[in-house]
Amino acid sequence: MAVTLPIYLDNHATTPLDPRVLDEMLPYLTQHFGNAASRNHSFGWTANEAVERAREQVAALIGADPKEIIFTSGATESDNLGIIGAARFNSKKGKHIITSKLEHKAVLDSCHALESEGFEITFLDSDPDGIVKPAQVEAAIRPDTVLCAIMMANNEIGTINPIAEIGAVCRRHNVIFHVDAVQALGRVAIDVTAMNVDLMAISAHKMYGPKGIGALYVRRGRPRIRLEPLIHGGGHERGLRSGTLPVHQIVGLGAAAKYALEALQNGENDRIRALRDRLWEGLQKNLDHLYINGSWEHRLPNNLNCSFAYVEGEALMMGIKAIACSSGSACTSASLEPSYVLRALGVDVELAHTSMRFGVGRFNTEEEIDFAIELITEKVRWLRQMSPLYELVQEGVDLKTIQWAAH
Amino acid sequence: MAYSDKLIEHYENPRNMGSLDKNADDVGTGLVGAPACGDVMKLQLKINDDGIIEDAKFKTFGCGSAIASSSLVTEMVKGKSIDFAEGIKNTMIAEELALPPVKIHCSVLAEDAIKAAIADYRKKQAERAATPSE
Repeated sequence: MAVTLPIYLDNHATTPLDPRVLDEMLPYLTQHFGNAASRNHSFGWTANEAVERAREQVAALIGADPKEIIFTSGATESDNLGIIGAARFNSKKGKHIITSKLEHKAVLDSCHALESEGFEITFLDSDPDGIVKPAQVEAAIRPDTVLCAIMMANNEIGTINPIAEIGAVCRRHNVIFHVDAVQALGRVAIDVTAMNVDLMAISAHKMYGPKGIGALYVRRGRPRIRLEPLIHGGGHERGLRSGTLPVHQIVGLGAAAKYALEALQNGENDRIRALRDRLWEGLQKNLDHLYINGSWEHRLPNNLNCSFAYVEGEALMMGIKAIACSSGSACTSASLEPSYVLRALGVDVELAHTSMRFGVGRFNTEEEIDFAIELITEKVRWLRQMSPLYELVQEGVDLKTIQWAAH
Repeated sequence: MAYSDKLIEHYENPRNMGSLDKNADDVGTGLVGAPACGDVMKLQLKINDDGIIEDAKFKTFGCGSAIASSSLVTEMVKGKSIDFAEGIKNTMIAEELALPPVKIHCSVLAEDAIKAAIADYRKKQAERAATPSE
């Protein structure tokens, strides 16, 4: 089978919309256009039924009750609402929050925003594995700790945190536990009750749903989590998130959740893991000086984040533009700083500049992976031929012994 | 990042990529930048007794702009005098490749690489002059 270029291997950034999801969404843009809040005619009833069905589908994916699902514009809003909303509501109990340096910016910046309201934030360090240890969380808990925010799986290196163990620690100490689960949905089995999760941020577009829609799981019983809303208005979503519900988007999120749950049961993740392993093994067979970033064992089945030493990440991306992926290199960011996640892991800055992230998805094929292996191999070899660092290493020079002039 | 056609062309078909004998008396080598900053350039110039640059070679670890800047600079100096090469300003490189503002430092690095290579050549010449011939 011939491959169609370019090949999409950036499924951590976003995933394509599953055509089955689109099919379910379309009628809600055309004939079923009603406002789900219209209680007095069939247009409203049809819309409302679709919204409630989607709520059940999202709840089923994470083992929640449908009443515990609040629709939002996406995971960034969910992280903001969960963290800021819970912190503000509970600020009389205490003003200390625990999170980690590897969190998504939506979590880190929500925490930073609370600093200006007098909250104190502990940013936990990471070991080279990129995993937050339950003991670290426990050691950081103080009498005034109200909330702990730890992601389920990292968006750059795909490492999976021991959420159930951290949840148990939080519950024991009566600390609200917020989990950004965006990358893990449909890739890791989730049960918010068993894991003692109180708040969970969910996005549609990382699990083959549409952009612009997400949800926040808010625990209702034992303990009941209460939030201060961030968006005020008509009192939608139990007053926690006002604004007319985007019914077609919500239908898309629900359908995406349905297929994500299926993916956990029908072997899709085994297939994706096999493709990811094929990519990594193929590259290792062809190239030397490759390094995995973060734990290989505790990792999403679709993630490969590795460094191609002596080849700068952006230059490599320019060379392999037939493959869509991303790099932790500084040159791909506006700030000219390499990935903060890799730096928090303790990855050498030199290696962070040479890191690449590949995210395999539902629609990738073996042929695409084989094409990617060949193209990446060819371009890495070419760029290493051009690399003065590779030349020095081949001559037996230890790069650490050279006095480099930082600029 | 949106790059100019000229930059992409230099990246895809780099001119004068390779190495000269760094121990040769008539070769000056400049190695500038740092791996931690994400770019390192090695520029080598082979200069004859009339002060004319007979050959130039580069090797670069860095982004596409860094590779294109070094490729372009070898093209600019080849066949020219040391004086001309010393007069090359980073703005000439940045303009020629239409570097975006965040990539200007790549052109600065290329200018530094020329200066470092010429300095290395001069040092070698001075050492040779100081050594009595047999």
